[in-house]
Amino acid sequence: MSGTVPKIRIRGLHKAFGSKKVLDGVDLDVMPETSMVVIGGSGSGKSVLLRCILGLIEPDSGSIEIDGVDVLALGERARDEMRQCIGMLFQNAALFDSLTVWENVAFGLLAKGRRPRHGAEPRLTRAQARVHAGKVLEQVGLAASVGDLSPSELSGGMQKRVGLARAIAARPEILFFDEPTTGLDPIMGAVIDGLIVDCVQNLGSTAIAITHDMASATRIGTQAAMLYRGRIVWRGAAAELLHSGNDMVDQFTHGRREGPISMELRK
Amino acid sequence: MSSPPAPSDAADGLPLPLRPIAALGRTVLALLQGAGSLALFGLEGLSHLLRPPFYGRQFLAAFLEFAFYSLPVVALTAIFSGMVIALQSYTGFARFNAQSAIASIVVLSVVRELGPVLAGLMVAGRLGAAMAAELGTMRVTDQIDALTTLSTNPMKYLVAPRLFAGIVALPLLVAVADLLGVMGGFLVATVKLGFNAHAYASDTIGFVQTSDVVVGLAKAAVFGFLIALMGCYNGYRSKGGAQGVGSATTSAVVSASILVLAFDFILTEMFFSR
Ligand SMILES: Nc1ncnc2c1ncn2[C@@H]1O[C@H](COP(=O)(O)OP(=O)(O)OP(=O)(O)O)[C@@H](O)[C@H]1O
Ligand SMILES: [Mg+2]
Repeated sequence: MSGTVPKIRIRGLHKAFGSKKVLDGVDLDVMPETSMVVIGGSGSGKSVLLRCILGLIEPDSGSIEIDGVDVLALGERARDEMRQCIGMLFQNAALFDSLTVWENVAFGLLAKGRRPRHGAEPRLTRAQARVHAGKVLEQVGLAASVGDLSPSELSGGMQKRVGLARAIAARPEILFFDEPTTGLDPIMGAVIDGLIVDCVQNLGSTAIAITHDMASATRIGTQAAMLYRGRIVWRGAAAELLHSGNDMVDQFTHGRREGPISMELRK
Repeated sequence: MSSPPAPSDAADGLPLPLRPIAALGRTVLALLQGAGSLALFGLEGLSHLLRPPFYGRQFLAAFLEFAFYSLPVVALTAIFSGMVIALQSYTGFARFNAQSAIASIVVLSVVRELGPVLAGLMVAGRLGAAMAAELGTMRVTDQIDALTTLSTNPMKYLVAPRLFAGIVALPLLVAVADLLGVMGGFLVATVKLGFNAHAYASDTIGFVQTSDVVVGLAKAAVFGFLIALMGCYNGYRSKGGAQGVGSATTSAVVSASILVLAFDFILTEMFFSR
């Protein structure tokens, strides 16, 4: 572990859509080369949290530091550079359906706006990128020949794998996974979890993963945190998730209907 | 239930007679805000045409979509319109001196008005819808956000090439439409109305001026920009799943068509009425 400066440090993050408060003072530290699992009910703002860190949504107030630099204070250009060290697997993979699979995987490497940082994959030519995409596809357990298909020809599980390949292709220092295993069968889920752990370890990356699946959470995470009503209500080691001693976490992880969390059916 | 009352409209506290005024004010403000954000969107898109990186492939794809695949429908529209004008103006004029009158009416109405406007409306229907649907789908499936995370500015990658394609492609389409429209009129005049082909052709060429053609093509460039702008703007900002994409598509076509007609009036007023 390299020192005590968190890779990602979030303080007092607020975001409301209209009158609806989604994030209401989130504090979170993610140490370098660890995996943070964020759990929380549907609609609790987990995806919004990742989008704020990525700069896709502008938070109302609060600070987000990456490597000790407040990203919200940066200019557009510096922010683009910061974004280049983050790989993101979107909740529904978000593959570009007008491109082939290999073009999707290599998209970031070929991007004209990319200025590679030290240690990251350099800018490649199209031919090199294609070969590289084939290798990354094999890393996530897909044959390189899948590269010539279009994303709509793939099953959901394969699309998730391609999304994973696209996220790791440029060897980012930070990886975000938004529900990587939702909608997959348990075996495929375990396979994807394994891939994520491998990727994070091989790349030495720092990861934040969102999941509803407790088995998956304990497999992927080293740390865990629970988001409820716009705040982090619990954090601890991922291994403790199933016996945390916190009522809310217990209710969530064991899927009980009775407990401190009342599902707001309509509001 | 003791839940607090829903946040109410500001107008609710007003005395009854003032409420329509408040509603009117809100509508006007919303319109102004919409126009403002549309203008900002257009300016930002255009500004990316001046700053690298440029996306040639994206431009070519959009250009092909605009120019090549719209050609058949625009060509057919132009030919039939030219033919109809020849027929209509023949019935409307004394047979005496009809030939030169028809030649001038056909060529001037096609080159100044019908070529740009009909091509604009046809392309607004085809491409305004296609662009809004494509960008809207990309928006609601997070593909636009994914672009941002992969070091690609979506305004540069998606919007700027389409705007440029519209500006370049529509004048070309209209040039073809002009030729075919005049040709349609020529066919009706010579085959059906029995005019002398050579005399009709020289009348046509004698009547049309370079400025007519140039202004017609300039109109087309403006229409091309407006169509691409409305397609991109509505698609880019769509939300709410498949239904949101559907309504973005509809409003792209409607607003592009209206803007084509409105700007046709404005540009005609600027260039031809003097
Ligand atoms: N762009 C937006 N505009 C308005 N409201 C939004 C927007 N994005 C998210 N929200 C609202 O914010 C809340 C949190 O959304 P978010 O997608 O973060 O949930 P989540 O925790 O990821 O849920 P899930 O587990 O179902 O993915 C939701 O109530 C949603 O309606
Ligand atoms: Mg989510």
